Amino acid sequence: MEKRIQIITGHYGSGKTEFAVNLALKYAKAGLKTALADLDIVNPYFRSTERRALLEEHGVRVISTSFSGYVDLPAITPEVLAIFDDPSYKGVIDMGGDPEGAHVLGRFERQLARGDYDVLCVLNANRPETKTPEKAALYLKAIEVASGLKVTGLVNNTHLCRDTGVEDILKGVALTRAVSEETGVPVAYHAVERKFVDQVRYQLGEGELLPIDIYMCKPWEFGL
Amino acid sequence: MEKELWKGNEAIAEAAIRAGCKYFFGYPITPQTEVPEYLSLHLPEIGGCFLQAESEVAAINMVYGAGGCGVRVMTSSSSPGISLKQEGITYLCGAEVPCVIINVMRGGPGLGTIQPAQGDYFQATRGGGNGDYRTPVLAPANVQEAADFVRMAFDIADIYRNPVMVLADGMIGQMMEAVEWHDIEKRELPAKPWATTGTQNKREHNVINSLYIQPEPCAEHNEKLDKKYKLIEEKEVRFEEVDTDDCEILFVAYGTMSRVCRAAMKLLNDEGIKAGLFRPVTVWPFPYAQLRNAAERKSVKGIVDVELSMGQMIDDVKIALEGCKPISFIGRAGGIVPTPREVADAAKKAIGR
Repeated sequence: MEKRIQIITGHYGSGKTEFAVNLALKYAKAGLKTALADLDIVNPYFRSTERRALLEEHGVRVISTSFSGYVDLPAITPEVLAIFDDPSYKGVIDMGGDPEGAHVLGRFERQLARGDYDVLCVLNANRPETKTPEKAALYLKAIEVASGLKVTGLVNNTHLCRDTGVEDILKGVALTRAVSEETGVPVAYHAVERKFVDQVRYQLGEGELLPIDIYMCKPWEFGL
Repeated sequence: MEKELWKGNEAIAEAAIRAGCKYFFGYPITPQTEVPEYLSLHLPEIGGCFLQAESEVAAINMVYGAGGCGVRVMTSSSSPGISLKQEGITYLCGAEVPCVIINVMRGGPGLGTIQPAQGDYFQATRGGGNGDYRTPVLAPANVQEAADFVRMAFDIADIYRNPVMVLADGMIGQMMEAVEWHDIEKRELPAKPWATTGTQNKREHNVINSLYIQPEPCAEHNEKLDKKYKLIEEKEVRFEEVDTDDCEILFVAYGTMSRVCRAAMKLLNDEGIKAGLFRPVTVWPFPYAQLRNAAERKSVKGIVDVELSMGQMIDDVKIALEGCKPISFIGRAGGIVPTPREVADAAKKAIGR
């Protein structure tokens, strides 16, 4: 049973933010009162905060780091507590990449003790540092150590940005399955760009298919 | 060949390792910190040395020492950090020490912002250090090029015994794109008999130095360097032209802004306006003659220079054109990247459409 709060972790550059934004929009479109917290203290570019207007348009409350939202400062706003303390929210927490990014969760130890969360680890089989099940499992363990939490679900988000093909998604299916076997963590999602959904629908195995739209575009990709 | 998804900064770091660079000295600064981070993890795996120096000034002088020993060495930083390295860069040029310097530009002046910018064009192409020196500067427009150009930069540095800069911006450093580790052009590299590798009592000492107290040898040294720079101007110019045949608007842009221009060209094309792009790949040596050729096409009504700065490259565009066509300017500095729509609209206005 999916928990109230979804914490999104993983190696940087795997597509955590794209997944988090799509997940929040899915909840909002399903009529859930949704909040997304951008807790990335590592990376100042391609942040979920950049999609604030779109998210708010769909009724998602966006909570950013406390200074500007475009910096790599460890400045966490107390507003994040709204997600933990107000049980009427469906929450998505977009963590910074790597164990460094997952460190932030230590700040919420007391809130997390209540246990109404899942920790998802986003995997991209095209990222050189997580392309083999062994390397990906090492990252997963390091994130668990840094956050003090257990990863409860894997997310296959294998893509190559604009160069993605069906074979990339299927490569990710194989990797995620292998990591799941090695770690015992179940596969929670396959994030699949909408145009590929029909081609891969029956080849995914365990895990929910989340059709995604690309929101974290590069500056020259908007409106094209 | 297999494609992988790389972050620009990571690809720059991996490219250095693949080019045989085993030594890196630097200091963290956003938006390039993944370069040292990646090398701190992977250089020790191949028996190399990663060292986080106490400052950028120390790092560039460590580069001088390692480069003087004849090994491949790199440093990287972002704008304010590159400013700190300027003294070291002129010393490296004066002493003819090959090395690669990465600048992942952010908004300035001063500490500015950590978002992308191209405001270090003057510094990169004219030099922020003292004296008559030049550094070849390669400006990638995507992550694949960032990976390729770093490897090319090491060859150019060794061939000419000179520092080479790879000039990216925050967007190139921070974004994710597909990279294929294909081979780059194989170039003949000279031996390094000048390097301080130990005499073994078999030769005179090699001295790496930029100090020439007597004016005559210093003048001679400057003339020798000048000959080298002229040779680089002759041999190392690189550029790209996109849809320049029959274009009415000719954009001139490099790096991230060239990507925005390409998107703006599509928008203009949809409106029946033909636009092309001239992209300097080396910003020094600047492709003056090639740009002049492209601009002189009969179809070209106006040149639109587009920068993430307030008008720096436009000086080189003016030198290239010598007034042969009208030049307009679109620029945004301080960390904001204009949208394709904004560039397309400004370009239309520039040619009176």
